[in-house]
Amino acid sequence: MSTVSTSLIATEGLTRDFGGLRAVDHVDFSLEKGEVRAVIGPNGAGKTTFVSLLCGRIPPSEGRIRYEGRDITRLPAHRRVALGIAYTFQITSIFANLTLFDNVALPAQKHLSLHHPGGSIRDYGMAALERVGLADRAEEQAGNLSYGHQRLLEIAMGLAIHPRLLILDEPTQGLAEGEIARFEALVREVAQESTVLLIEHNMDVVMNLASRITVLNFGAILAEGTPEEIRANEAVQAAYLGG
Amino acid sequence: MDWSWFPFEMPHPALLWAGVLEGIVLSAVLALTALGLSLVFGVMRIVNVAHGEFYMLGAVLAYAVTSVIGGHPALGFTVALIVAPLLVGALAAASDWLVLKRLNYEPEATIVATIGMLYIIQQLSLEFFGPDARPVVAPFDWRIRLPWFGYSGYKFVVVGAAILLMIGVWVLMARTRIGLIMRATQFDREMASAFGIPVDRVFAGVFALGAGLAAIGAVLIVPVQQAHYLMGGDPLLLSFIVVIIGGLGSLKGTVVAALLIGLSDGIISTLFTPTLAKILATLLVAMVLVFRPQGLFGTRAA
Amino acid sequence: MHGGVIAALVVLGFVLPEYHHGAMARILVLAVFALGYNVLFGYTGLLSLGHAMFFAAGLYGTGLAMQQLGWSAAAALPFGIACGAALGLVVGVLALRTIGVGFMIVTLMFAQAGYLTSLYFTEYTRGDEGFTIPQAARAIGGLDLSNADTRYLVAVALFGVAMLLKLWLVRSPAGRVMVAIRENEERTRMLGFDPFRYKLMALVVSAAFAGAAGAAYGVLFGYVGATFASIQYSILPLLYVLLGGAGTVIGPLIGTVLMFYLVDFTSSLTSAYNLVVGVALVALILVARKGILGTIRDKWARWIP
Repeated sequence: MSTVSTSLIATEGLTRDFGGLRAVDHVDFSLEKGEVRAVIGPNGAGKTTFVSLLCGRIPPSEGRIRYEGRDITRLPAHRRVALGIAYTFQITSIFANLTLFDNVALPAQKHLSLHHPGGSIRDYGMAALERVGLADRAEEQAGNLSYGHQRLLEIAMGLAIHPRLLILDEPTQGLAEGEIARFEALVREVAQESTVLLIEHNMDVVMNLASRITVLNFGAILAEGTPEEIRANEAVQAAYLGG
Repeated sequence: MDWSWFPFEMPHPALLWAGVLEGIVLSAVLALTALGLSLVFGVMRIVNVAHGEFYMLGAVLAYAVTSVIGGHPALGFTVALIVAPLLVGALAAASDWLVLKRLNYEPEATIVATIGMLYIIQQLSLEFFGPDARPVVAPFDWRIRLPWFGYSGYKFVVVGAAILLMIGVWVLMARTRIGLIMRATQFDREMASAFGIPVDRVFAGVFALGAGLAAIGAVLIVPVQQAHYLMGGDPLLLSFIVVIIGGLGSLKGTVVAALLIGLSDGIISTLFTPTLAKILATLLVAMVLVFRPQGLFGTRAA
Repeated sequence: MHGGVIAALVVLGFVLPEYHHGAMARILVLAVFALGYNVLFGYTGLLSLGHAMFFAAGLYGTGLAMQQLGWSAAAALPFGIACGAALGLVVGVLALRTIGVGFMIVTLMFAQAGYLTSLYFTEYTRGDEGFTIPQAARAIGGLDLSNADTRYLVAVALFGVAMLLKLWLVRSPAGRVMVAIRENEERTRMLGFDPFRYKLMALVVSAAFAGAAGAAYGVLFGYVGATFASIQYSILPLLYVLLGGAGTVIGPLIGTVLMFYLVDFTSSLTSAYNLVVGVALVALILVARKGILGTIRDKWARWIP
């Protein structure tokens, strides 16, 4: 596998300490363009901390991050978004007091100002809402949506940036069965144009969507491979059953 | 030494000594007042902008009590020393219950509300006591002979009383069950509530205690300074400075900073004009908040 | 609708009795101050306790340029606005490193330092007593700004321009980002916007509005004094905006009118007239945080901007 030429984002010795606790421990990680990668691991394995380091919400204690060959370790989060890294929050973090349209208008505005100056915010925003099936409710207040719909709106905000790397932090948490099916279809569609990195607890979703899986435990990579390889890995089974 | 480069005239040594002594008296009262502000911030996590008005109210009530009670000045003063802080504390507890509790102690809303309280208390004092400065006679009158000048013995009593009160607060916080409850509430409000601590009453009590400390400080100083409805501004500003420089919510830092500010104010004001000293002090506080929010003496863990 | 407000204000100028005529001119200038405050507080969610320093920067910038340097009103007015904006930039770069309560206290302290500075340079500012700008100098291109009718119309024009500018700002892409920061700063950052940049922009715009109000006050009413730098004038715009409705375009004007007349009326009854300021602050924060227009918008008319 030629990691050098095609890797979209890669880390070397990435480490993050919180006080005395090491949440992420010297992680060497590489994600290829066009992949749908799932990050799994027991609670407290450092999954959210790891992706937060990737998108720049928190700075690392040690190590480096490269994105398309460029060192982005010290780049502030908002500049990374401009490079095409979008992050959707684990805890739904929409603008509850604003309309659905205003929620997606903001990332659409960002995308247009970067790549299509003069494009219509309304068209791009509405297109993002249409992809998650919420276009007909564009003028409603986002806080009035059901939880599942709020999760979808959160994803629509990520899509409206037209990211090259979309990081989804537990996107299906709290979704109903039917909503999960819809979400899986959405991710497959998005994967046509973006690389997807998702933290996921629902193993069915992971096995259905991921082309490769990375398993974190105690802040370090325990295993990495195709879904079949991970399913057969004894160390992973031990971590899940014993941890 | 050649002082000719120094842009200010060097004062006479006696004046400088007087400055140091005044500084110690100011430090003592300031430490009490700032301790009240610090306690409220530490436990309740709110900034009480009306703190200076509780101080003013203490002084004005001391005037009211001493002018009602005749006889020896010490009698009226002693009554005032007990009654004024109690009344001010009761008022503080009432305003906590009526206003702050209903705001859920939301930090920004609480500041706006306490600004409102500042106006209400100050303007009601103007309405009832008028715009004039009111004197209170010291409970006794003896002077201590020091080299160069005589000095009012009462001021030494102020310092002594302030030290005793601060030790009292420290014992209360560190050695009693009430203090333990307060510290538990400070540490984690929800957890304390889950363990059956009546957080509402603790908060009302802390707010009353904070206001009461300011009031005691004011009663102690009023024989030296006179009571006036606008007198709350300076102690508020100085307490802010002390609490911010000492580290928000830190008891030790508060006392050290009070000493530092009180002494330097006493000495600096003999060198600089008071206005310039205040400009520098306010800018210092702003800069400390911007660049070192944990205070000059505090550690980063808040 | 906003054109209607301005038209109504112009008509009012012809029908109001003399006393209210003068009072309204003053109110309109203070309303520009409140509009600016609202850009920062109502739309961006930053609560400053130091806006008096920006008003005073405009007032003293214009006043001292005319008094000490002999500038014309036409030159001193934009200079005053620039003073407000420049101070906003300096204070913003420092104060915006803090958030929430820290920001409130830092702005309060900077404003206090500003007030004390105006007292310190008494030789030029005449401190609390203040100084007057000679009537002869208060004219722009043949318009005598000390004339009551002219003054009123200039105040309406200033308010109109300020209101339209603000309307344009809050409907612009930058305005959308400001509101987003108010609602959820971290989410806004993760959508690729630099919160510091937008907050600084809001603060500078807000300070420029305050500076414009201060500069206009000096030129229109001819008085420059340290009272306008005191904490009172940091609290008043907050109160105007809270009362009228934070995050609404016309709310600050409504708040300014009501509060001005309330204080005016109370001061005829008692010397403790600032009591209404305190009561209004506590009452608003307790029961009506959205203010008059905000409450109306929520209950009946969602279309109000």
